[in-house]
Amino acid sequence: MAGGAATGGSSTSDTYAEARTWLLLPAWVTLGILVLAPVAIMLVYSFLTKEFRGGVIWEFSLGAYDQFFCNRGLFGDEPCSIEWTYIQIFWRSIWQAGAATLLSLAIGFPTAYFIATRPPRQRTLWVFLVTIPYWVNLLIRTVSMKFLLRDEGPLNDFLTGTGLLSEPLAIVNTNFAVQLGLFYSYLPFMVLPIYAAVERYNFALSEAASDLYAPRWTVLRRILLPSVKPGIIAGCILVFVPSLGSFLAPDLLGGARNFMIGSLIEEQFKGNAGNWPFGAAASMILLTMVLIILLIFARQQAKAEG
Amino acid sequence: MTSKTNDAIEVRNAVKRYGDFTALKRVSLTISDNEFFTLLGPSGCGKTTLLRMIAGFEDVTEGGIFLFGEEIEGLPPHKRPINTVFQNYALFPHMTVLDNVGFGLEMLGKSKSEARKRAGEVLEMVQLSQFSARKPSQLSGGQQQRVALARALAPRPKVLLLDEPLSALDLKLRKAMQIELKHLQKETGITFIFVTHDQEEALTMSDRVAVMSAGEVQQLGDARDIYERPRNMFVADFIGETNLLEVTVDRIEAGRAACHLGGGHRLTCDAVDGIGAGAKVHMSLRPERLFLSSAPTESESLKARVRENIFIGTDISTILDLDDGPEFRVRASNSSRGTSRVFEPGTEVFVNMEQGAARLLVD
Repeated sequence: MAGGAATGGSSTSDTYAEARTWLLLPAWVTLGILVLAPVAIMLVYSFLTKEFRGGVIWEFSLGAYDQFFCNRGLFGDEPCSIEWTYIQIFWRSIWQAGAATLLSLAIGFPTAYFIATRPPRQRTLWVFLVTIPYWVNLLIRTVSMKFLLRDEGPLNDFLTGTGLLSEPLAIVNTNFAVQLGLFYSYLPFMVLPIYAAVERYNFALSEAASDLYAPRWTVLRRILLPSVKPGIIAGCILVFVPSLGSFLAPDLLGGARNFMIGSLIEEQFKGNAGNWPFGAAASMILLTMVLIILLIFARQQAKAEG
Repeated sequence: MTSKTNDAIEVRNAVKRYGDFTALKRVSLTISDNEFFTLLGPSGCGKTTLLRMIAGFEDVTEGGIFLFGEEIEGLPPHKRPINTVFQNYALFPHMTVLDNVGFGLEMLGKSKSEARKRAGEVLEMVQLSQFSARKPSQLSGGQQQRVALARALAPRPKVLLLDEPLSALDLKLRKAMQIELKHLQKETGITFIFVTHDQEEALTMSDRVAVMSAGEVQQLGDARDIYERPRNMFVADFIGETNLLEVTVDRIEAGRAACHLGGGHRLTCDAVDGIGAGAKVHMSLRPERLFLSSAPTESESLKARVRENIFIGTDISTILDLDDGPEFRVRASNSSRGTSRVFEPGTEVFVNMEQGAARLLVD
């Protein structure tokens, strides 16, 4: 390596460079097989022609994207006007995932703060308790949630039994039920990064702020929140992104009217009725959107840091 | 009481318990306005607990704390006109130096521009104006320390609390900051309550010092008082270097106590309240107030043999064995004008003392 020799690196730096190549190999292989290859396959499939019984015909086509964005009338022979069906599903998904994220934040932040302020020995136990429900399969948890929330379920039995309500509250098959389901599915992803951030937080800063005449809420807003912001952002991303593509909670708790993007994609690959290129195109659009949202986040973060 | 308003802080019978552990055992003290007051003691003596009680971070189990005659116990920290310089500075990492210093003023309801203007002035006072746009992490330890100081001074508190603020600095910087803090205190006229475990620091800076140990104030007085007239074993041992000898008091006459120690050596020193004839107590002899000679200069010179000379730069310390008695240290200034000359190890010498070198201690 001429560059290495020129900078006075001699043989040792060459050895290091070589070792580094080998040591990084597993990371590159994993990244390639688990991330890049699947995305590449999806990208390619989204530009192929659909086979009616699932699968694809190896022939280039923009049909999938056309179907997503263009309404060409009942017989498919009209000029392109905007197709709102899928855009609406996307919009609903973003809205639902956003609401679930806010709900997780509202519950997750106090929970994480509570755990991080326990004596050190107790913290591990609390973290453990938070994760216990997640040892149960997601499907079973979501179905159980439906049983809890339905008109004849324990929640409504309680509400009507105690006379708080005369009619059972219809929660299942509403947007709110989906938000609750998503919230419950991904809560630990909110709690854990925030917990890690609060645990690292130097509480002397809060003392310093209150010493400098800041009331409690101001201490929270001006000192604690900015200090643990990276944890909050990580938590929000970890809840928002999987919520956006989720299909279990919307399917089981939301009913047909509350269809989300995850269900749309799932349907394209299920059984014989599917449309693989269309599913792949929808996935690519979802992926692009998530990337754009994350980039905006990162850009703002960088701006805030100055 | 007419002098009441002159006491910036009064701690009245304050007790602090954590479960079964008593951190502070009924402490009472008053700190005057404009005073540089130091709480001195080893770690775990309760000095930081007391400081945190004054700041409002810890509540008082029993007793009360008064600020210019007004009870402040029960008020949260943000309602006390008292500011703190924290041990590890606790600067807000996401704010600039200027915003750190202006934070307290902003919280007091000053406009952002007003807060910044005053913050700028205070930063000038600690010679940090050119760093006002930086984040704390971009400053050295000494600079961070000054920012912490500026931040606490900016709202013009009635009392400033300093919790071992210099302990993270290197020796040279620490010495410079000691002088600077002292000047700053005189300039601003704010009452400083300073916590440290470093006795030299305490003596250098303070108008008065409270020496604390095991949750109690052992002695309260000005630097000279505490150094030259330690009240008990703890204070004598903790402040400076000293020889602690076990003595028996033979008789007390005209304010002087005649004592003897092992080996039949006799010593006379000022009598102390509470120590009568027949008492077996400890006596403190400051090594720098003793000098050596080859022949006895007075009737009570102690005969000893030189074991070792230790060169410590400014001074030379000599370790001696007293005839039939304990080990002994004498310290002489490393100067040709010194009253003591250096004797070779093995030499037989006499230890003589200046007036007031010996002091009887209550145990």
